[in-house]
Amino acid sequence: MSRVRIAQLSCGPEYSGVQKEINEAAAAVDADIFFPDMKLADIRKSYSDFGLDIRSPDLKLAIARAKALVEGRVEADAVFIATCFRCAEAAIVRNELRRYIHEHSRLPVVSYSFTERTTAGTLLTRMEALTTIARRRALLAREVQEGLTMGVDSGSSTTKAVVMKDNRIIGSGWLPTTGVIRSADEAVDQALSAAGVTRGEIQAVGTTGYGRFLVGEHLKADLVQEELTVNSKGAVYLADAQHGPSTVIDIGGMDNKAISVQDGIPGTFTMGGICAGASGRFLEMTAKRLGVDITELGPLAMKGLSQKVPMNSYCIVFGTQSLVNALAAGSTPEDVAAAACHSVAEQVFEQQLQEVDIKEPVIMVGGTSLIQGLVKAMGDLLQTQITVPPYSQYIGAVGSALLASGFIRRE
Amino acid sequence: MANVFIYPTTSLILSDLVARFGHKPLSAALQVREIIQTPGIESPPLQITPEDPKKGLRWAAVEVPSGVRGRMAIYGPLLDRAEAAIIVNNAEYSFGCMGCARTNELLTFLIRKKGIPVLDLEYPTTEEEGVEFVAAIRQFLDSLGGGGS
Repeated sequence: MSRVRIAQLSCGPEYSGVQKEINEAAAAVDADIFFPDMKLADIRKSYSDFGLDIRSPDLKLAIARAKALVEGRVEADAVFIATCFRCAEAAIVRNELRRYIHEHSRLPVVSYSFTERTTAGTLLTRMEALTTIARRRALLAREVQEGLTMGVDSGSSTTKAVVMKDNRIIGSGWLPTTGVIRSADEAVDQALSAAGVTRGEIQAVGTTGYGRFLVGEHLKADLVQEELTVNSKGAVYLADAQHGPSTVIDIGGMDNKAISVQDGIPGTFTMGGICAGASGRFLEMTAKRLGVDITELGPLAMKGLSQKVPMNSYCIVFGTQSLVNALAAGSTPEDVAAAACHSVAEQVFEQQLQEVDIKEPVIMVGGTSLIQGLVKAMGDLLQTQITVPPYSQYIGAVGSALLASGFIRRE
Repeated sequence: MANVFIYPTTSLILSDLVARFGHKPLSAALQVREIIQTPGIESPPLQITPEDPKKGLRWAAVEVPSGVRGRMAIYGPLLDRAEAAIIVNNAEYSFGCMGCARTNELLTFLIRKKGIPVLDLEYPTTEEEGVEFVAAIRQFLDSLGGGGS
């Protein structure tokens, strides 16, 4: 497998002590980080041409490097933009450079704001997605599932499996993740049983999600792939939006993904996982506190008005406290459910959707997409009709099964 | 001989001038002894560890970006030892450049706040200004006493 060359545009990682972590994350996916060489004269000219009047020289250098990449003066397979967390100037540059590269080149780009606590592990999924897009464009171009394949999504909250045959889903399995391998085995058994086929008949297997490596090894998977590219692929496949632009939003149990997709291939994406208050976990806690099943939370929220309950905390603990206070003050469970959905949607909107260009159709996937109240809250915030495709909770498994069919050995 | 903090601290020319006029320059070169790669414009050291931004908490609060604190972990100790300072504003990158504007603002503020003799200069753009620039630095360094050119 050829090594992928990732150009780094950054300000501050070396002084934050995290350059080593970036290099390690890249090395783990057979990629090399490099810094495009620039002349001082080029920096002045490029920065001036770009037109963003910022002060930090390292950010000016990043702009010059971005221009060199877009104009083809430097060759790279992908771009990684990294600046310090909490730096406003850097956030503006990061955002504009990501947009500029996305609009003017075919280079996959990911950006990240780090602290000194950022580790290679945190960066790994992003680097893996970046290199996959660079390395496997042909595989990601697949639009039709062929043969008999299986996809397994070993997520942080739930494990999903689907069996597909000739471009149709013929069996699925779902259960909460308890033991990574045990849960995968059970989900697979459910899916095989529903499909009426045996493990031996499956021609190719793909795995994704947090447990992808472990489950992939256990199932001897043909494809072990991070969830950013797999979910994008699954989303546009199920939503019948494989051509043109789209935006995929996946609010997960442990992290959220917002992916700007073009022709089924992720262009820019963000992955957030710092705050539990912006995750599916918060909705689970809300349902528990309201004494309803998570599947009932959505319909409940649809009947309530979020504005009636003050929710201004970004933290899962204080957020839950707000809900408890609201219930104690006489708010209805409907309004509280609506407020919880609005709070999660608003946080995802503020923290992540600002970092990708929202292009219609906006497709919501993952288990939380079944919570209608959350989909409605997101649609209200984005002022658009959100698409929730069939089997949206199985998105990773479907994407894996679809892509795995590229590995079927032809007789 | 006085310990003279220079800004930009990466300026070899400024460092050389201070040394030539008999004082000890406090420059980045003293702190950054091992430069092994050049990811940024000021050739920063890659041997910095995540512990350095924590050391930088002495000069900047935790809400300040880690890159600023990491830089302060290098420049802060120099600042502590400084008995005088020369600040060159709006310098050309080739004269000496520090990558983060926020660190630069904090650093020059802390220098001025320290109450030590400070020479504030604009970077010269003509030959005539260049001559005046060097003369001003020489005069300032002479005024510190204990030097010798």
